[in-house]
Amino acid sequence: MAKLATTENNTPFLQASQLFHRFGPTEILENINFTLEAGKVISIVGPSGGGKTTLLHLCGDLLDVTDGKVINRFESQAFAFQDARLLPWLTALENIAFSLKAKGVAKNHRRKLAAKMAYRLGLVKEDLDKFPKDLSGGMRQRVAFARALVLEPELLFLDEPFSALDIGLKRELQSLLIEWVTNKNLSIFFITHDLAEAVQLSDEILVLDADPGRIVKRVKIEKCQSERDGEFIHQQIRMLLDDPLIIETFELNFNNRQQEAS
Amino acid sequence: MNAITNILKEFPRYLWSGWGAIASLFLFLAVWDLGNQINGSLTLPSPKETFIALWQLMQTAQLWQDVQITVERALWGFLISLVLGTFLGMLAGNFVTASMMSRPIITLIMGVPPIAWIVLALIWFGMSDESVIFTVVIAAFPIVFVGALQGARTLEGDLNDMANSFQTPLWMKLTDVYFPHMFSYVFPAWISALGMSWKVVVMAELLSTPDGIGASLAVARSHFDSAAAMALVVIMVIILLLIEYLLLEPIKREVEQWRS
Repeated sequence: MAKLATTENNTPFLQASQLFHRFGPTEILENINFTLEAGKVISIVGPSGGGKTTLLHLCGDLLDVTDGKVINRFESQAFAFQDARLLPWLTALENIAFSLKAKGVAKNHRRKLAAKMAYRLGLVKEDLDKFPKDLSGGMRQRVAFARALVLEPELLFLDEPFSALDIGLKRELQSLLIEWVTNKNLSIFFITHDLAEAVQLSDEILVLDADPGRIVKRVKIEKCQSERDGEFIHQQIRMLLDDPLIIETFELNFNNRQQEAS
Repeated sequence: MNAITNILKEFPRYLWSGWGAIASLFLFLAVWDLGNQINGSLTLPSPKETFIALWQLMQTAQLWQDVQITVERALWGFLISLVLGTFLGMLAGNFVTASMMSRPIITLIMGVPPIAWIVLALIWFGMSDESVIFTVVIAAFPIVFVGALQGARTLEGDLNDMANSFQTPLWMKLTDVYFPHMFSYVFPAWISALGMSWKVVVMAELLSTPDGIGASLAVARSHFDSAAAMALVVIMVIILLLIEYLLLEPIKREVEQWRS
């Protein structure tokens, strides 16, 4: 409740409190609590099948909350999914402009904005008229990112968005996001299984254990994102991996799977 | 609107690409002529005899009347199948039970040969337009229905989630997500159904009406006028090719560019 008080002064926030979720008889999420404030980044790490995507969908209003509470006070939000999810019958440019169209931005204006964002993410003019079938996996992912970022949302939901990208582009995108977090007060709520990614971007890392999904550890990283260098990230990861609880979260799942397989 | 100008712009280039097709058609004519030289004109009239007969037929008002009647019947049957099949197929596709239950029925309808439907139609409707149109509908409807059903069943939850994540308004979801997806399934089905309508209409007419191309074909058969019969076949093929390659194919090329 102390946290709630600090966020009452009109700055937007995303808050989940006592959030449970079940699909039929299986409990997916158990008592999830966190607050994401403006200009902050929270990442969820944990074994796959641990309800990470369900949590993201509940927070992003793609799933109805049945038990508990999600308060979203951000004015605008956007999603980038693990798979690009482009509309195959629209060109790259039209796909990027799709999000603007949904917001009612006029055609010429949205095409201009979409093209600008596409160039920013390293797409070239010839790519813009191509259909998704003619784009490589990395380019499709850029288009999907551009579609989300072109809205300049206050809150960005990311579902393992970097997994299909090569290292160069991954870095570029991450620094773009860090710049927006620092300068434009962008907030990010994102899922990853890559600890390095989590340490690079997050103010707070939530470790989600599976069956049922519950937060078993919260790690705060105080250092400013733009000042985190390779060494700092390595050191943080080592610290995380030295934590028996985190080992257990990931290993327990590994053992379970081995049992299931045998 | 853009799509229409594109279709028109691409049209000359598209026509030009037809040379290969024309060359192979001429080869076909050569083989046909060879068949005539071997079997004689009574069995297989030569292309020349056929086209002369065709030319003579084309001078008569009767032929154009027959063509008009046949085209009208085919189009009525096709349109009814199109509207009913698209609507019911999409509706059924939205319900698991309905799509499961409709499949065997459709297979059953498609399994009955059109010729059997004509006999039934004759018993039910007599020698009339209705018999022909009914047969066309029963042959073309299942094709459209299955296309629409599959389209509706494969609407992806993922793309829907994506659209929802941007709070896409309903009308835009319809025009930008649902409709293009449905169209990509339904349009090829429409084309097959049109081809089917055209074939079945002639067959139905042959057996059940006193007018139309099919009836003329029956007359040519009874007179043993093989040149006239071939001429009528040529007319039917030409009409189908005109519809298919001058109308449908250019549209298909434009609207399905995104397909791999």
